[in-house]
Amino acid sequence: MSGKIDPMHQFAIEPLFGTDHLALGGFNIAFTNSALYMVAAAVVLWIFVIGGSKRELVPGRWQAAVEYFTTFISSLLLANVGEGGKKYIPYVFSLFMFILLANFLGMLPLGVVGLHPFTFTSHFTATGVLAILSFSIVLIVGFWKHGFHFFSLFIPHGTPLPMIPVIFPIELISFMVRPFSLGLRLFVAMTAGHVLLKVLAGFVINSSNAGVGYGLTVGTASFILMIGISALEMLVAVIQAYVFALLTSVYINDAENLH
Amino acid sequence: MDAEAAKVLGAGLAAIGAGIAALGVGNVFAAFLEGALRNPGAADGQQGRLFIGFAAAELLGLLAFVIAMILVFVA
Repeated sequence: MSGKIDPMHQFAIEPLFGTDHLALGGFNIAFTNSALYMVAAAVVLWIFVIGGSKRELVPGRWQAAVEYFTTFISSLLLANVGEGGKKYIPYVFSLFMFILLANFLGMLPLGVVGLHPFTFTSHFTATGVLAILSFSIVLIVGFWKHGFHFFSLFIPHGTPLPMIPVIFPIELISFMVRPFSLGLRLFVAMTAGHVLLKVLAGFVINSSNAGVGYGLTVGTASFILMIGISALEMLVAVIQAYVFALLTSVYINDAENLH
Repeated sequence: MDAEAAKVLGAGLAAIGAGIAALGVGNVFAAFLEGALRNPGAADGQQGRLFIGFAAAELLGLLAFVIAMILVFVA
């Protein structure tokens, strides 16, 4: 009676528009649903910023929205990095908005019209690349600005001499796992939420199939829970984008100012 | 014990980690709220630190989830 509903199927990457065997230098470069949603996020961000860049003296609603986000990011960088943080505003703003839009585009109820929404931030390949991007900016800026003095980052100020051989490897390891924890956090938070929603959706379908009584009790309760979890997921989508931007700016602070 | 059963049991045990991370995240916000109500003027300036603490506590719960997923789907 009850079918098994696979909550992981929503993360399957499929080639679209018959580009299954498109290859470049031996690698498959098929245009997938993941790529489609990345393009969608970039296009929506582009339209959002272009529409708000009219530089009117009295901003309209759209311009006020864009200015709200840019002010938010610039104050974030000012608080965490200081004056030297201004040159990172474009990067952190793009990063924050791209992740935010990706999280939200993946949550659109497109399933109602038969499309399959896809959240590419629920894949470690996508979030890992964003994390590596942030981490390489930290490395490049750190070594460019401070040279080999950058290694003093791994010895906190005032460490007693006998403690240095112990502290240095610990700090080095905690520095090296940063890109993993940065990418992993976003990927797992999005995956966990979507799996939870699909599991609850499975409860609704299976209980309705089992009979009217089950459908009205278990199904309705699960559906109400789903609505609440969806609201929570929107909060998580914003928080995770914010945390990614925040941690990036904290790491940039290390590169820019050392300790 | 059957290997398949051990995997599922391990995934269930990993869920305890996710629950304990909930305690950690609750602690972060509780302590922030406690401090913020004592000194509301300083609260807004500390939101960055609040979310760094939240992210650090949450990560360990997410790692527990990853371990459960690896046990169920990969191992």
